[in-house]
Amino acid sequence: MLAESLFFSAVLFSIGVIGVLTRRNAIIVFMCVELMLNAVNLTFVAFARVYGAGGQVFVFLVMTVAAAEAAVGLAIIIALFRHRHTVDLQNINLLKG
Amino acid sequence: MLIQSAASAGTNPLAGTAAGWMWAIPLLPLLGFLINGLVALTSAAHFGPADPTAASHAAHGDDDGAGHGDAHAAHASTRHRFAAVTSIVGPGVLVAAFLLAAAAFLAMRAVPDLSAPFVQRYFSWMPVGDLSVDVAFRLDQLSMVMVLVVTGVGMLIHIFSVGYMREDPGYPRYFAYLNLFVFFMLVLVLGANYPLLFIGWEGVGLCSYLLIGFWFSEKANADAGKKAFIVNRIGDFGFLIAMFLLFANYGTLDFSALQAQAGAFVFGGPLITAIALFFFLGCTGKSAQIPLYIWLPDAMAGPTPVSALIHAATMVTAGVYLIARSNFIFAAAPVAGLTVIVVGALTAFFAATIGLKQWDIKKVLAYSTVSQLGYMFVGVGAGAYVAGIFHLMTHAFFKALLFLGAGSVIHVMHEAYHHTHRHDDAQDMRNMGGLRKHMKVTWILMWIATLAISGIPPFSGFFSKDEILGTLFSRADGSTLAQAHWLGLPGTVVIYGAYALGLAAALLTAIYMTRLMLYTFHGPNRTGEQERAHLHEAPWVMTGPLVVLGILAAVGGWFNLPEIVTRALPLGPTGLLEHWLDPVVGAGTARVVGSGGEVAAGTEGLLIAVAVAIAVSGIAIAVTVLKPARLVPKAQASPEQGFERVLNNKYYVDEIYDAAVVRPTYDVSRNLLWRGIDTGLIDGLLVNGSAWLARLTGWIGSQFQSGQLGTYAWVLVLGVLLVLGAFHHSVLP
Repeated sequence: MLAESLFFSAVLFSIGVIGVLTRRNAIIVFMCVELMLNAVNLTFVAFARVYGAGGQVFVFLVMTVAAAEAAVGLAIIIALFRHRHTVDLQNINLLKG
Repeated sequence: MLIQSAASAGTNPLAGTAAGWMWAIPLLPLLGFLINGLVALTSAAHFGPADPTAASHAAHGDDDGAGHGDAHAAHASTRHRFAAVTSIVGPGVLVAAFLLAAAAFLAMRAVPDLSAPFVQRYFSWMPVGDLSVDVAFRLDQLSMVMVLVVTGVGMLIHIFSVGYMREDPGYPRYFAYLNLFVFFMLVLVLGANYPLLFIGWEGVGLCSYLLIGFWFSEKANADAGKKAFIVNRIGDFGFLIAMFLLFANYGTLDFSALQAQAGAFVFGGPLITAIALFFFLGCTGKSAQIPLYIWLPDAMAGPTPVSALIHAATMVTAGVYLIARSNFIFAAAPVAGLTVIVVGALTAFFAATIGLKQWDIKKVLAYSTVSQLGYMFVGVGAGAYVAGIFHLMTHAFFKALLFLGAGSVIHVMHEAYHHTHRHDDAQDMRNMGGLRKHMKVTWILMWIATLAISGIPPFSGFFSKDEILGTLFSRADGSTLAQAHWLGLPGTVVIYGAYALGLAAALLTAIYMTRLMLYTFHGPNRTGEQERAHLHEAPWVMTGPLVVLGILAAVGGWFNLPEIVTRALPLGPTGLLEHWLDPVVGAGTARVVGSGGEVAAGTEGLLIAVAVAIAVSGIAIAVTVLKPARLVPKAQASPEQGFERVLNNKYYVDEIYDAAVVRPTYDVSRNLLWRGIDTGLIDGLLVNGSAWLARLTGWIGSQFQSGQLGTYAWVLVLGVLLVLGAFHHSVLP
């Protein structure tokens, strides 16, 4: 049971990573990040069934942070869109050195 | 006084006598320097700088840059307003110092059989590790003679300077430098160890530089000062190396302590020979010997009393003093002694040939000084320290007299030109002639000095020069010098060769000095019709010191009469100076003499007869060959031809040095050191190169900051994978 859960969460995490690496749309990248967070959540829960409830506490923490992050992240994306009329990450290189 | 320390009190019979005041002898001129220096500064605050340009010097300039520095004496309108203070203080401190020195001398004479030097230790100067150098003065028979010469001749020249320089706007500055010079010269001769002697040695060099370039607004004068300073640095390098070697091997630099170790010196060993030779390198610089003599003729750019005091009577003889002071070193190094003899003899001859064909009256005297210094080195090199010091003393008398006489002539010539507003060379002998009618006192006195320097008995130069040559001759047999080899040549051969050169130089000396006298004082006058009316004798303040020097130049030989003379004529005590200096140099002389001895009385008489015959024939040759009547003034003179031209151009030695040393140095400095190392390596590669490197790495780093989130994410993921992979490998084998 644990192995299957871990495998599933690993697949989810990899999908998230690939999404972050390959997609250009900021919203999709953002959602892929959420996917990775939730893959980790699944891992926590799976381990919690074997090793005790400590992992579940962590899941609540991650969900709280993810909610806050979603609020801030979406706000940034909206502000960006208003400013530039695009959410394509290739057109946004404000961090260039 | 607090510096009357207890270290020496009560041990030496001189403590508590007038000699105990010897610290005041150098301090008096230092006081004079301070006062005159302040006076010179005061005027600058009110009248603008005491700059020679203020003397409307350009109006009196002519084309002979270095030669006519003396064209200054008469400008009544620019006389310094505090000149009276300087006239009293400047010579006054020297008179006081001389009286003090004379009192110390009398105190020394009063002590029977004084053998130990009287050392006054004032304070510890350099107590560093094993090295301990005190500021201490050492009064012994040798330094007493030097102090008397320096203060005595110095005093006369200071008095003469009052007449010669009074009208110069830089008068207080001049006396400040001159007093400072005497201070350093006294430190040089009184210092009880090599470092203190070196302080004096450098100090007199500084004053020499300042006084050569006294009229610095003319580039030639400033250049002459620089030349003297730089050439002397080469010699000072040798002095320093010798001191380092002494300290490294014997652990002390004190004269007494070193002399106590003299028995331990390996006789003729490489170390002691090297030390002696390095010291001699210092002497060639300071005392103008081959190959470093070139600065002294140029040093004539300074005022003439400076030439008399510094560049004839005192400073340039410092090298002779140094060797006499280091006699225990040179006596143990016969090869070094032979080197000194060879260099001295060559210089004596070489400089005398140049002196034959110079037209500038001061240049003749300058080469004559170089030549006479060569004689002194032959003396001290041969271990005849007494003879060397004796010639130093008599030379101080007659050469100071010659220079001051020349100064009177130049002063008068310049005044005459000044009256008629003519711009001509006041130092060129072709413009003089027949001056004996106008300057009788100077004429007679300069003839005395000429006879003295030529070696005509009974004038002083005869005794001292003859003693040098006679002692040199006697060293050819049995002495340690004769047994040594110099560059493969037996010492005896070297000594006979040097003796022959010395005789030849004596002949040339008589010729060029007679030539100077004939062209300056005899024959028709070539100064000019209008100028002739203004020729007159110099004022008493200038002729007075000349008379005193004339007496000394005439009878100075009395100080060290040879036995062969006193046996025949009851003139006075035999070998006064020899007995006086015996405690200092006696052991060194004895070591050099070895198994040799005096020459037989008959041979000695023959040598004297030969020397006198040579001197007389030199004068006779000059009188018969030279025709002052045929000489034309400088402006109409045609250039010399053939060998005369080579002599007139001083064998082109300056040009050779320029091509061989100065230009390559310039080229290396300019192209390698400046353009190559400084601009190229330091500025280019190191300074700008490191800036460029920092900018490059910054640029490379900035290229990673593309701003593309995708790239960042890739790098992040790859990094994580890398870390995980490494973790996997290390933790899970």
